[in-house]
Amino acid sequence: MITESTQALERMNIVMVGHVDHGKSTLLGRLYADTGSLPEGKLEKIQAICHQQGKEFEYAFLFDAFLEEQQQGITIDTARTFFKWEGRQYIIIDAPGHKEFLKNMVSGAARAEAALLVIDALEGVKEQSKRHGLLLSMLGVRQVTVVVNKMDLVGYRQDTFEGIEKEYREFLSQLKVTPQFVIPASAKQGDNVAQRSQRMPWHTGPTVLETLGRFSVETARKPRPLRLPLQDVYKFDARRILVGRVASGRIKVGDRVVFSPSNKTGVVQSLEAFNVDPTPLQAQSGQSIGITLDDQIFVERGEILSHEDSLPLVSTTFRANLFWLGRRPLELRRPYLVRLATREAECEISAIHRIVDATNLSGFNGEEVKTTVQRNEVADVTVRAKSPLAFDVCADFENTGRFVLVDEYDVAGGGIITEMLRDREERLRVEARQRDFAWVQGNVRSEDRATHYGHRAAVVLLIGPATTGKAFLAKKLESVLVAEGRYAYLLDAENLRRGLDADLREGDVTETVRRYGEVARLLIDTGLLVISTTNPFDLPSDQVVQAIKTLVHPAPVLTVYMSQEPGDCPSEADLAFTGPEDFDASTRQIIESLKQKGILAQALGSKPAFQYSI
Amino acid sequence: MKHLRQLEDQSVYILREAYKHFDNLAMLWSMGKDSTVLLWLARKAFFGHVPFPLMHIDTSYKIPAMIEYRDRLAREWRLNLVIGQNKEALANGMNHTMGRITCCTALKTEGMKLLLEEKGYTGIILGVRADEESTRAKERYFSPRDKNNDWNFRDQPPELWDQFKTSFPPGTHIRIHPLLDWTEINIWEYIRLENIPFMDLYLDRGDGTRYRSLGCAPCTSPIQSSARTVDEIIAELQESKVAERAGRAQDEGRGMELLRKDGYM
Repeated sequence: MITESTQALERMNIVMVGHVDHGKSTLLGRLYADTGSLPEGKLEKIQAICHQQGKEFEYAFLFDAFLEEQQQGITIDTARTFFKWEGRQYIIIDAPGHKEFLKNMVSGAARAEAALLVIDALEGVKEQSKRHGLLLSMLGVRQVTVVVNKMDLVGYRQDTFEGIEKEYREFLSQLKVTPQFVIPASAKQGDNVAQRSQRMPWHTGPTVLETLGRFSVETARKPRPLRLPLQDVYKFDARRILVGRVASGRIKVGDRVVFSPSNKTGVVQSLEAFNVDPTPLQAQSGQSIGITLDDQIFVERGEILSHEDSLPLVSTTFRANLFWLGRRPLELRRPYLVRLATREAECEISAIHRIVDATNLSGFNGEEVKTTVQRNEVADVTVRAKSPLAFDVCADFENTGRFVLVDEYDVAGGGIITEMLRDREERLRVEARQRDFAWVQGNVRSEDRATHYGHRAAVVLLIGPATTGKAFLAKKLESVLVAEGRYAYLLDAENLRRGLDADLREGDVTETVRRYGEVARLLIDTGLLVISTTNPFDLPSDQVVQAIKTLVHPAPVLTVYMSQEPGDCPSEADLAFTGPEDFDASTRQIIESLKQKGILAQALGSKPAFQYSI
Repeated sequence: MKHLRQLEDQSVYILREAYKHFDNLAMLWSMGKDSTVLLWLARKAFFGHVPFPLMHIDTSYKIPAMIEYRDRLAREWRLNLVIGQNKEALANGMNHTMGRITCCTALKTEGMKLLLEEKGYTGIILGVRADEESTRAKERYFSPRDKNNDWNFRDQPPELWDQFKTSFPPGTHIRIHPLLDWTEINIWEYIRLENIPFMDLYLDRGDGTRYRSLGCAPCTSPIQSSARTVDEIIAELQESKVAERAGRAQDEGRGMELLRKDGYM
């Protein structure tokens, strides 16, 4: 390998935001022109085109690339522009100011470490000036410099400038943001952009160009605990490599790491890398890495690795501030996908607490209960996922404390987590975590058992009203599986009543379920397919299912709903059968479903389909 | 060095996201410096493996040395090379004298479209960079194309916090751009840092000229330059104020906006 480059340029991304027509693109164009940063002939070329078309040249034309943008005189989408100045390589992202293109502004600002927020001196602080300020704070952009542009239109008056400065500083202070500088400028005339203005001698602060160098490159302020969201698992040349990008902290060879929410643990055996000599022994925040573990445990994308002394939170439910960019409004109880680091899960919005009015940052609660969030609105909501997620509060860990919502095919909103909310399974989850960390394992791994048996361990739960044939189907399924050479066992909760549960008071249903779940967990560890009905539990089936899922987690649970009437099938059911059943057909369907989920190997004797990528 | 590793980390993350989410994925390789760096980054991401096919759209007008280089690396790095060509257009005599935009559209855009249809790829990784020209500056890392391959730049999906558009309706596909944040200088610095093999057409081989950007022979012209090493290329670029693609004919006027809207890379 060749020696290091002599010049080490720092990289920094800066976004230009603000209300439409306040002059962001013009400011950007001027900055490039006055520092000699444009490619040779570019300025002349655009000037010639303008002359030919009989229109006045504008600096904004330098970056508004699309014909439509030039014709309408607005920026439609963000542009990355590259600007080198005093030892730094900047990517300056020009974001659109029109309300219509807020999703593009968000896409640009989310990539930035600092922002220039532009306000027109003549128009003053407008709606998008405030909305952009609010979104910057939500997106985690903490360094902001405000440019009061078009000072030429107000006769370069100091009092006009100071009025705007005061108003906007007050607004930002409500968001706990302090601007680094507020600069009076005229992009069109070139005042205080690259050159200090002679017309505003009262301004003693930096020019726009000087302010760029005052932004600091974000570095880890203090040592942070490890967060490594698992991105994928590769199998090359008999090595199983876990890959991901370190979101926070540091990971070293020899570290004992915990996977959340599955609670599995392992010791880092090596860091893997291509064309790196010697092989690295540790990695830190920002790096895309590969690791191997001392033990071949089965883990999947979406889990978060941490050290045992600083675990992420785990729950199905959290409170968040959310901005919505979707084509249709966000609705209560509609199914969405939440994507948090590398995890993706089905979810719904279970409460909308208030809509934040960007112009005065107050929430209007009033009488009406909100059931929707409109496009471009910001709201305080509760998100409930179908399965437990590992996450953090955004104030503690940025990368694992924020998420996006996907509506159909599109990323339609983003949010930052403000609080974990305890769900019903919290107590059981804590119990499972403690139990799993302390679990003593023999030399036989669950993967070995799965290979030997031709299936992974799993629970099949039959749920639904009484007298629909659940017990009959459960017995049939057990028989067929065993006849086919699988290892299945019918665990009827009735069998625990006289023995394991003999000390329990009549009606202590939560403890009955807990004990049942722990027994199922033991059988899962032996590698069995555990079949059961929820008949003996005097609890709503969704509660039973959730409790058992929590205790056997991360083993898969297949729920089969049986009823006499069609309809009202609970959303947690994987399969549903109605009316008088052809039990043979139902059994086949369950077995097919187990195959599709990669639990049963497609053919006996072959290995079960673990979802390894390669 | 640190800035190159930051760029590498982001590109590797994007490549791994692409590989995770797309069952039918391919990478476009033109043998130029950018897509070769991209190929190298894939080997980084997948520990020496390249777990998807590499598409080359052969216009038949490429400089012959490019084809030799392609076949050599394909052999040495065990690449799965897939070659696409618009044979019908070539049989009908398509060439640059029929109009550069017409020729690029027929041989490159259409050539790629034909290969996409044949193979059914739903994700294509490309080495375009934002600093090359102004429509690419507005691209997303994951950029959807509709059934006709068209790019709807008026309505691009939001992209934030490394959450990309990875789901899409049937019949459409996604273009994936891991190199968007790289500059031309970054590419050469990285080639130097990692010692990546590149074509000597980029160097002055004695006649005082070299290629800065490689395309079809008739439409790509060399620049005046005496740079004989990567170090000299980097030094030259640091001084230069001439746009990289000044030697590429299709960039004149609104050429690229029109080409790219219709599915050009």
